[in-house]
Amino acid sequence: MSGNRFRSVGVAIALVLLATLPLWVGNSYYINVASQILLFAVFALALNVLVGYAGLVSLGHAGLFAIAGYAAALMLQAGYGHLAADTAAVVITLAASAIFAVLALRSTGIGFLMITLALGQIIWGIAYRWASLTNGDNGINVATRPAPFGINLTGAPGFYFATLLVFLLALASMAVFVRSPFGASLRGTRDQPLRMNALGYNVWLIRFFAVLFSGFWTAVSGLLFIYYNQFISPQVAALTTSAEILLMVISGGTATLLGPVVGAAIVVVMKNVVSAYIERWNLVLGVIFVLIISFMPDGLVPGSVRLWRWGWQTVRARLDGWISSPVEEHGR
Amino acid sequence: MMVQITSAQAAILAVNSIALGGLLFLLSAGFSLIFGLMRIPNLVHGSFFMLGGYFGVTFLDRGVNFWLAALLSAAAMAVIGGLIERFLLRRLEGQILPQVLLTLGLAFIIADICLMVWTGDPWQPSPPPELRGTAQAFGMFFPLYRLAILGVAVVIAIALWLMVDRTRLGAMIRAGVDDPVIARVMGIKVSQLFTLIFCLGAALAAFAGVMGAPYLSVYPGLDFEMLPLALIVVILGGTGSLLGALVGSFLIGFLYNFGQAMFPDLAYVILFLPMVLVLVLRPQGLFGRVEA
Repeated sequence: MSGNRFRSVGVAIALVLLATLPLWVGNSYYINVASQILLFAVFALALNVLVGYAGLVSLGHAGLFAIAGYAAALMLQAGYGHLAADTAAVVITLAASAIFAVLALRSTGIGFLMITLALGQIIWGIAYRWASLTNGDNGINVATRPAPFGINLTGAPGFYFATLLVFLLALASMAVFVRSPFGASLRGTRDQPLRMNALGYNVWLIRFFAVLFSGFWTAVSGLLFIYYNQFISPQVAALTTSAEILLMVISGGTATLLGPVVGAAIVVVMKNVVSAYIERWNLVLGVIFVLIISFMPDGLVPGSVRLWRWGWQTVRARLDGWISSPVEEHGR
Repeated sequence: MMVQITSAQAAILAVNSIALGGLLFLLSAGFSLIFGLMRIPNLVHGSFFMLGGYFGVTFLDRGVNFWLAALLSAAAMAVIGGLIERFLLRRLEGQILPQVLLTLGLAFIIADICLMVWTGDPWQPSPPPELRGTAQAFGMFFPLYRLAILGVAVVIAIALWLMVDRTRLGAMIRAGVDDPVIARVMGIKVSQLFTLIFCLGAALAAFAGVMGAPYLSVYPGLDFEMLPLALIVVILGGTGSLLGALVGSFLIGFLYNFGQAMFPDLAYVILFLPMVLVLVLRPQGLFGRVEA
């Protein structure tokens, strides 16, 4: 029980800190970094549905992210309103996710990874080469941010609060998903696909819905991204983006609720810090990738938890030893 | 949307397609063997191609003979490939996913180091002097060098086929591809084969990179342009099949060149269409076998 109360207090503190962040941070640069962390956290949470809970590693999610961004940017450019553009973008991305799923779910494991990688490269190729539609390497500008219910999102704090709201919704939906029968059956298809099949579950369909669920939040994060940057270019669809998000999921710890969030924070902060000093972000990304996979394959969050537990147990064993050892002496 | 092309243009495109097909074969033969044996798509393979190309142009810059430069570059890459397999991939033996992600991380590292060392400008060396001219056929002139790429690819294809099909080593490789567990039980040192095939694949990719340099030039981003092509070739042809890699390479060579000339906007989509078809109709690839 005390563990639960401890957790509730922690969550409450985190919420208060997040909700008041613009007040105590002040500088709009740092508020923007916080917005970036939150929007990439939504993306990482979406990818974690597949990587963590379904055991399906996608290297094509940047493609879905870019589809949402491009769809919305193109519709806004064509003169549609924000609501229409965003809704259409989510629907189009869901349709693309369904196509991804139908093709990639023909296999699992490495096959899934390869097919999603190839599909992601197709999207990148379209964004880059189909210049008459996407304006090629020059990208598309997004003129304005939306003003839902008349709330102005132009400034850094306004956009931060909107992103925070979306992030909390995403996190809540993940928490519900993990505890739901759907989440349990998805983990079942990850660990024991044959048994799940024998038990009468439609393994393919469960995975299909997982791809759609992941695609939905990927689309939402893609929309946040284009509103944040007010610009989209083919770079967004590149394999580097997919790899960056995958690094967030893996470094934080797959199949954990908060792992992708921690991972997003680590990667975004590092990217901002590293880019300020040297141009070699990709080098750093690659080195961290290799180090984490080689030395902390279960991610930083589970790794740290393991370390904490080990430390706590060692300390307690010591304490027990101090308390009980005189008694033992006496007994002898 | 479609661009009309004349028959003369088609002939030139065909020669380019064959040249690209030859390069793709050199690249994807190793990729396919590594995939067949080690069960991982080696995502650093495109980087081997690019890094090999950069090594080659550096040797050429120092006045080394073209063919010697290609061989030196291949040898250097074989050493690098061996080190990667021995000291990084081997630590993760049996963990397929971490291995793949490791190769992805290495690909980013190599890409950035190349950008640092060789800058962002493209390098395009001239072909060896004996191949600088053109060949005349059917009243048209074809660049000799592009035909030479095909010749080299055919020679290497035959050599590889002889090695895999006719030698004791080849028999061990085929056994490892078919069933690594039983191969180990029979006393075949599959882990040593891993190192050997990884070195061979890296060397072939680097050799292809140097061969391709006078034609495609070497530039940042070449790695992640070639990698998906190798990936499609292997999905098309089936993993671990040399014949599949050969057929797939030339198919993609033609689709790439003709697609880009006729449908410039959608060239990339056209390239991936056959892959999608194969995945739907014949997931094991055209020449792949269904795993037991």
